[in-house]
This record gives sequence, structure tokens and C-alpha cells, in this order.
Amino acid sequence: MLQHRHYLGLLLAAGQLLAGATAATAKPFVPANDAQVLERLRIKPADPVERELQSLRARLTQKPGDLPLALTLAKRYIERGRLDSDPRYNGYAQAALAPWWDAAQPPTDVLVMRATLKQSTHNFDGAIADLDAAIKADPRNSQAWVTRALIMQVRGEYKNAKRDCVPLLQLSTQLVGVTCLAGVASLNGQADRSYNLLERVLKGTPKASNDEKLWALTVMGETAHRRNQPTLAEKHFKSAMALGPDSYLLGAYADFLLDEKRPEAVIALLKDQTRADGLLLRLAIAEAAIGSPAYSGHRAALEARFAAGRARNDSVHRREEARFLLLIGQPGPALKLALENWAVQREPADARVLLEAALASRDPKAAAPALAFLEESRLEDSYIARLTKQLKV
Amino acid sequence: MRAIRIVLLCFWLCTYTGAPASAHKPSDSYLSFTVEPEQLRAQWDIALRDLDYAVGLDSNADGAITWGELRAREPEVTAYALSRLQVEADGKSCPLTPDGYLVDSHSDGAYAVLQLKVGCPRDASALDVRYNLFFDLDPQHRGLLSLKSADQTRTAIFSPTQSTQHLEVRTSALLQFLDFAREGIWHIWIGFDHILFLLTLLLPAVLERRDGKWQPVKNLPAAFANVLKIVTAFTIAHSITLTLATLGVVQLPSRLVESVIAASVILAALNNLVPLVKSRLWAIAFVFGLIHGFGFASVLADLNLPQSGLLLALFGFNVGVELGQLAIVAAFLPVAFLLRNTWFYRQITLTGGSIAVAVVASVWLAERVFDWKVLPF
Repeated sequence: MLQHRHYLGLLLAAGQLLAGATAATAKPFVPANDAQVLERLRIKPADPVERELQSLRARLTQKPGDLPLALTLAKRYIERGRLDSDPRYNGYAQAALAPWWDAAQPPTDVLVMRATLKQSTHNFDGAIADLDAAIKADPRNSQAWVTRALIMQVRGEYKNAKRDCVPLLQLSTQLVGVTCLAGVASLNGQADRSYNLLERVLKGTPKASNDEKLWALTVMGETAHRRNQPTLAEKHFKSAMALGPDSYLLGAYADFLLDEKRPEAVIALLKDQTRADGLLLRLAIAEAAIGSPAYSGHRAALEARFAAGRARNDSVHRREEARFLLLIGQPGPALKLALENWAVQREPADARVLLEAALASRDPKAAAPALAFLEESRLEDSYIARLTKQLKV
Repeated sequence: MRAIRIVLLCFWLCTYTGAPASAHKPSDSYLSFTVEPEQLRAQWDIALRDLDYAVGLDSNADGAITWGELRAREPEVTAYALSRLQVEADGKSCPLTPDGYLVDSHSDGAYAVLQLKVGCPRDASALDVRYNLFFDLDPQHRGLLSLKSADQTRTAIFSPTQSTQHLEVRTSALLQFLDFAREGIWHIWIGFDHILFLLTLLLPAVLERRDGKWQPVKNLPAAFANVLKIVTAFTIAHSITLTLATLGVVQLPSRLVESVIAASVILAALNNLVPLVKSRLWAIAFVFGLIHGFGFASVLADLNLPQSGLLLALFGFNVGVELGQLAIVAAFLPVAFLLRNTWFYRQITLTGGSIAVAVVASVWLAERVFDWKVLPF
């Protein structure tokens, strides 16, 4: 009798499967045939960089305590991840440093790299502690100084940031030192002077590396954008793009184009950049602005990605998620996230999403801490100035 | 020609559309436990990218992972994953048995889906899950754990610093009771032999023997009284043996039980054709009900009864069986009562139906006695 029941159960289960197959919800499935491609690896195994990474990884597996090898591999992974906006590589880099990861006093180079990885998950306090230790152990470590300067800048601690830029004038190239200083000072009431200085130094160092020029041009583009000089801003962003675009630059350029009400240009710029959440967000904003049919799919993709981030307790994308919530008309939750984000980082973009969320939720008081900070730091940003005026009405 | 082109087009479309560039996000796996009445199950979604990095999936190194490549690596993938997951119930290790190897897509691409049976005792009050997937390769990897039971879903996150999680799984007594009641209803519904036995006995309940012939009963209360007697006798009888068998007081070999059940159906049908027992059909219901109870007990035994709530489960299951039975009777009685005066009822339904039942039950009997398989039900 049992076997009869099982047979019936099987029939019923088959019926449920058929019913399930027609439902729109995604369910695990058995692919129809062996040839079906499930996943395309972004980097083919035959790619020379990938082969090098694999061989380094294999060697490190043999000798996990080999510090120079571990540092090389970690550095390669971090570079690859930055190029590809792919956080998985940060995890691989951390694994390469595993023998030293929890050490109280690892070698200086490990400290700097550990700080780089910690700041990528927004563990700023941990990163600063590592950099303090690195600078104490080796005051001539320019990578430590520049990393700490950038973290201080992101946190809105401009005095500390400038202090950390100064040694770079000696330890690194003049362009790196000046770009570092100008980047901070342009947010701190000296936009004009910073811009002019940077322009002069950039002109005077034609032989600087592409990376250095890229950084300088990005800072100049952003400064011009904030000062509402669109022609100059575009010129700098375009020159920077010619040096090889990176995700940060693409984001800054797209934000500029969005403020210039040129969504079509944003779509042209970012249509192939859907892997990085921040860039997909700007693409979606542009698509929404022109009523593009691609918008709904990208909106759903962003919703899924933010949900996935929340599921693993990530706080890395709070700024982007707040901006996304504003886009889809949820100012209340956007304001909550923007405030949480403001407690951790204070770049102009962080202030802006907070002011916009406060305006959209008709809660101008919520913006008070940001307004006080902006006033004290004397940020020169035409768009934020307009928002501030609206909030004070 | 045209048909071929359509197939090719579909192949291309089905393979390549709906796969937009996936996101880049940190590595996660999704481990979901589901508490089901019979079994604790788990589904583990692991990104193909991560598996490729760990065990290598792209065998032909063309940068694309196909289903064929993933399928060929099933043993390695399963062994790799299962060696990094341990489940304990109240301190005792629960074996993990692979029960499905599929594919699904998440926001950052395709995932292998491992479906697992988790061999924890049904009455486990707490699970301890130890998770160590990929932490050596990517310390930023996270395992996103969820445990779904009837009344709630709990979630937790595995990380290198938190690689074990403790989850309470005790379900409320009421839910356990309802679970088993549902099982009881289900098993009477798909237990054709029980239904046929009961219906065969009930067929003459709207009639009575007068002058050697079947005559309709006069009124509904009379028919209802007949039905009530039969159903009550059947219920009391199978409850007795179901309880005795489940508590382990009496055990009968299942082949014998199943065969006698088939025989009981034949006898009930024959009695409709050549009535020997005329007015005390409830007595037949009682005697054979005792045997049907053993049949229910074997189903209940298959459900891995919890030792702690055995009586509750038994009671719930029995209530479910009675509810299922009641539904059948409620559907039968009004129709039979309305049709009882007709030639159709007496000739086709009673006589023809009983012959058909006798034939089917005879085949069951033969199947069960000789261990054949003829009928699909």
C-alpha cells in the first residue's frame, strides 16, 4: 500500500513541479542541456593577469608565510578589484595576508594593506589605527600617509587630512602632495586657490604617471563642478577619462552630467557599467529622467543588490541606497539611512543626499548637523548652497 | 525547416537573454533550513564564481561555466561543501544527505543549489550549525543562514569570527498537532483502499433489506443513523489498533496487514451483492477497522515520530484521518440519499460499483500477497 501512495505522491509532486514551472518566481532548476552557459567569468583563465594571479596564488599556497609573495599577491588582487569594481578580490587579498591579519604588530607593509582593506569595508577606525602604527614604525611610508589623508578627508577631518598630505610633498612626487592638499583644501574654503595651484603643478609635471594625472584631473573636475564651472569641469573629466577611466572617475563624471541635466550622456557613459552598484545607480537615475524602458529592470536589480547587502549586514552602500530610496520616492527611509551614513562619512555627496532627504521628507531639522558642518568647513558647492537655502526658508 | 529554425532561435534566446551583466558584490552563500513534518531539509546556494575559485569548474578554460561542467564536478562540489558544514541536534551530529543538485540565479550571477536532507531527530529542540565555507579563501565571505519553520523564520550570519550558530527549533505543541492532523487528512485521501472500504460499506446505508430486496430507507434520520453507526465503529476500531501499534504494544507484519485490508474491501463488496450481514454492517466496519488501523500505523511510523510528543502526534494524526473521513461521508450521504429511490442507484451504483470494487480489491490482494505490481494506485 505504501508504494501506491508513493506513486501517487510522485504524480502530485510532478503536478506541483509543472505548476511551479509556469510561475514567474525564480526557483532552482535543472538546466535543459549540458551546453547551457550558467556563468561567464569576467576574466578568462587564459588572461595573462589572471594566469599570473593563479600562479602567485599557487606559490603562496605552498609557502603561506612568504611575506613578499603575500604582499605582492594582495596588492595585485586589490588592484584587480579596483579596476573591476569587484569586492571579492578584497577578500582574496585578505586571505593572502591571513598569517598576519590578526597580528597586533605585523610588518609595516601589512599594516598599510590591512588598513586599505579595512577602509574598503568602511572600518575607518580600524584602518586609522593600523595607519597610525605604520607611520609610527616607518614615518617615510608615503602610502600610509596618503591613505590616512584620504580617510581623514572622507570623514571630514580636514585639519588632520592636510597634516597627512604635507609629508607627501617630500616623500612622494610634488604632484601627489599638491593633489592631496588641493583635494582637501578645495572642500575647506580654498577652492579657488587649490584649483589654481593644482592646475599650475599639473602643467609643470608633464612626466607624472597616468595614475597621478588621473587623480589630479579628477580633483580639478570635481572642484570645477562644485563651483558651477561646467565647461572646465567637463574638460577635466574628459582628459581624465582619456587616461583610463576608473570607477570613481566615472561616478564623479556621471554626477556632473546629471546636474547638467544631460541624462543621455550619462546613459552613453555608463550603459556598460552595470556591475558596480554606484554606477548602476547613476545609470538608473538617468534612465528614470528620460523615461527609458531600461529603468524598471535596473531599479529591480538595484533593489535586489541593496537587499543582498543588507542581508549580510553591510553598511558600505548606505549613501547609494539613500540616494536610491530618494529616486524611488521613499524619503523617510532615505533620510534615516542618510543620517546613519553621515555619522560615518562626510563627503559633499554625503551631505547632499542628507539635505535632499531632509527636504523631501519635510524635516529640515534633521539636516541641522550637516548644515553646521558645511558652514564650519566653508564648502563651496553651488548645488549644496541651493539646497541649504531651501532648507533655511 | 521552419521548426528547426525555431528550436535554434529558442536555444539562443533561452541561453543568452535574461542574463544581464551581473553585479559585483562580496561573496555570500545562502543556507536555508526548512522544518518539514517528515524531515529537516536544507538548501544551500553557493555562487559558481566562488566554487570555480575553490575547486575549479571551468574545465575547458573558455571563461564560461556550462551546466555540463558543473554537473561533471558534482562529486567534488558536494564533497567540498559538505566537509565545511556540520549540523548537530542537541549535541548529536546529524548526517547530511545530498538530495538535489540544481542551479539558481542571484543578483550577482548563477549559483549551484545543493539540496540536503538533514538527519536530525524530529524532536530536536535546538540545532548547532558550524559553517566554514570559503573563509580560508575569502575571509569577507559570509554564510547567510535562515531557518524556516511553520510559525517563523530566523536568520543569522556566519563569518570567520562567528562560524557557529545556535538555533532553537522547538515548534509549539499546537503547530505539531496541526502538522500531524494535516498528514492524517492527506493519508486518508490518498489511501484508496480505506476510502473504498468505507464507501462500499456505506453504499447500502441509504437502503434496507425487505422481502429479499433492497428498498430505500424512509427518511434521512434513518440513513444518517446507519452511516453514523458504520463510521463510528470504523473509527473506534482503527483508533484502537493505530494507538496500540504506534505505542509498540502490538506489531503485525505489513504485508499481512495490507493483504487483509484488500480482503476486507472484497468482502464488503461481496456482502453488497450477496448480503450475508444485512443490518449490522457496523460490525463489519468494526472488525476490519481493527486491521485498517494497523495500516494507518505503518504510515505514521514512516513519518519519524517525535518521541517527546508521541501521543500528541498520534492524536493529531487520528483527528486528521477522521476529518478526512468526515469530508468523504459528507459528500456521499446527501447524494446517495437523493438517489436512493432510483434504478440507477441500486443497479449501477450499488451492484455495478460493488462488482468493480471487488475486482480492483482482488487485484490489490493478489499484488500484496504475491508482491506484484499491476495497478498504478
